[in-house]
Amino acid sequence: MGYSRYDFTPLLHSIDQWLYSVMSPAWALIVELTLIGLAFLIFYALVGLFLVYAERKVCGFIQNRVGPNRVGKYGIFQTIADFIKLLMKELIGTKDADKLLYNIAPYIVIICSFMAIGAIPFAQGLLAIDFDIGILYIISVSSLSVIGVLLAGWSSNSKYPLIGAMRSGAQIISYELSVGLSLLTIIVLAGTMQFSKIVMAQENGWFIFKGHIPAIIAFILYVIASTAETNRGPFDLAEAESELTAGYHTEYSGIKFAFFYLAEYMNMFIVASIAATVFLGGWMPLHIPAWNGFNVVMDYIPPVIWYFMKTAFVIYIIMLFKWTFPRLRIDHLLTLEWKYLLPINLVNILFMALIVLLGWHF
Amino acid sequence: MNKDINAPAKQAEEVEYHVNMGPQHPSTHGVLRLCLTLEGEIIEKLEPHCGYIHRGIEKMCEKDTYQQIIHLSDRTDYVAAHMNNHAVCLLVENALQIEVPERVKYIRTIMDEMTRIQSHLLWWGCYGMDLGGMTCFFYGFRDREKILDIWEETTGARFLQSYYTPGGLMQDIHPNFQKRVKEFLKYFSKKLSDFDNILSNNVIFLERSRGVGYLSREDAINYGITGPSGRGSGFACDVRKRFPYSMYDKVDFKEILRDEGDTLARYQVRMDEMRESMHIIEQLIDNIPAGDYSAKMKPVIKLPEGEYYQRVETARGELGIYCISDGNKTPYRWKFRSPCFSNLSVLDRISRKCKIADLIAISGSLDLIIPDIDR
Repeated sequence: MGYSRYDFTPLLHSIDQWLYSVMSPAWALIVELTLIGLAFLIFYALVGLFLVYAERKVCGFIQNRVGPNRVGKYGIFQTIADFIKLLMKELIGTKDADKLLYNIAPYIVIICSFMAIGAIPFAQGLLAIDFDIGILYIISVSSLSVIGVLLAGWSSNSKYPLIGAMRSGAQIISYELSVGLSLLTIIVLAGTMQFSKIVMAQENGWFIFKGHIPAIIAFILYVIASTAETNRGPFDLAEAESELTAGYHTEYSGIKFAFFYLAEYMNMFIVASIAATVFLGGWMPLHIPAWNGFNVVMDYIPPVIWYFMKTAFVIYIIMLFKWTFPRLRIDHLLTLEWKYLLPINLVNILFMALIVLLGWHF
Repeated sequence: MNKDINAPAKQAEEVEYHVNMGPQHPSTHGVLRLCLTLEGEIIEKLEPHCGYIHRGIEKMCEKDTYQQIIHLSDRTDYVAAHMNNHAVCLLVENALQIEVPERVKYIRTIMDEMTRIQSHLLWWGCYGMDLGGMTCFFYGFRDREKILDIWEETTGARFLQSYYTPGGLMQDIHPNFQKRVKEFLKYFSKKLSDFDNILSNNVIFLERSRGVGYLSREDAINYGITGPSGRGSGFACDVRKRFPYSMYDKVDFKEILRDEGDTLARYQVRMDEMRESMHIIEQLIDNIPAGDYSAKMKPVIKLPEGEYYQRVETARGELGIYCISDGNKTPYRWKFRSPCFSNLSVLDRISRKCKIADLIAISGSLDLIIPDIDR
């Protein structure tokens, strides 16, 4: 197929072989791991900065404002300026905080989101590690961040953070079910949990089109549940600034607060990436069977662009949620999950299984 | 029997979780302090503590002449400055039995209703924000700005205008005033449907407000809950209808009443009141009669000895002013009966057994302005 002209595998293989030819295998491995780590660190920072800027612009657009427009042209350096400010701020903690847990919590949150990036395929051959249980890995890693949130709320030894942490615990644990089940629906269709295979399976049609009704339902459920899992509005009960001042990170300041903030945006990026990969074909260009001319033209657009366009689309949907809906109440939130999303999800999986068995999918 | 077996259980019962909401809190919109006793997220008890922005305005009024009191009255309920001025002016005018020109009555009524719209807009924006919809805040403030711009042209101030004086107005309206008000009405009647789309018809909003914070009609009367909050419980307390002043007995308008008594009813009363206010302005704006903008007044106003009470309907309820005069140029005693103070008193009763998130919705629906509570 035409898109293989953008395959990263030969390039990465030649770098790998060159490294192994100039130094001992142990050193080559260390250098490779360091390079990958650095690449992800830079990527992480860039995506974080860009998403904060994008959110402020989108929010400004919805609210009849201009958004940041002073630092640099169109305010593009606004987030960098904010970041420098946060970096230089004094770290103020509460007196009776559990010091160890209080200091660890932001790192747990940020490490969890960092670990998840590794398994996401950005283009053909461009992913750090291709697990055969990739989806399971990402779900498990991203759900670990609730530990950080709970610890932050508990160890601050303050009242609003504790309420926020408890809300967050109830919320994330409930909504993980829906996230997992909606992805499971697609796994049933794909027959694999490996990201590279999932993407390749969408060569002649994305899963959202292939699995028609159940896949569309699963996509909607996934977007709702993953918004809730990342603690973003209208499900931002854990921070709920009008109720709990800032929820679980009330007592954090400076760079530790920035870590929570950055992790929130990265989690949003990760859930959007998974949605793009699993439902919208990841880096796979849009192919329509039998439209060969169209497919050839689509193949000329590099997969990385496809991937980021799809992710940006999902991120934009999630941002629209946040800026147009009011916040749910905790009991409505749990009702929504346990009484509506979960039963719909379970029926949806059965429905999908039936479709796969009968071969009704495209 | 070993007594220790029961000890931990007893201890667990005695633990109460206290949270101070305020004086610095994003949703109290000022320095109101609510001491909450929580059971999980459920509110067991709520104690409002006021006084954090007490400025002794009533005492200051006793040292000031009646013209000066106008400026202090602005600073009680600062979102509805015109209406507070109106109460002071009416008190002085009724005490001295001065008949103000028709033109003044028209302009005052228009200004009062514009105040009601902008005050409800500010409330709507903040209420949306309290419930987590940040966008509402900007929509509300965007349209409120337009009213403030019109005022700035006529009164020279945007917020604390002190535009009314005993006997009339500070100055005549700007030549553009009528044109711009009509433009605003045309613009705003379209925007109201936007408001419904973003908040009033939202499922999450309806879920959060329907049936929350029920206030019965009896309680509304017993606690003296006036204004839209009282009318949401079916308490017909509109001073404009019961004790008409200015042009209110000559214009056609409905008193919005709802029987549900919940947060949603109070919300909808305010939304409908904005439409009603527009209706009132439409009737008056083209017919402002020519004439003086003020009656002839003596430079030093001295009220005859006696007690006076004057009430007006502000955006939040009934504002009463009780004044004792000993014949001097300053009052002997001056007391504001502020609507927010009475409305706050019922908060404990209607928010018990609610969640913290509900408390935000309830206190928002009462539309409390903290400087009006403390004065």
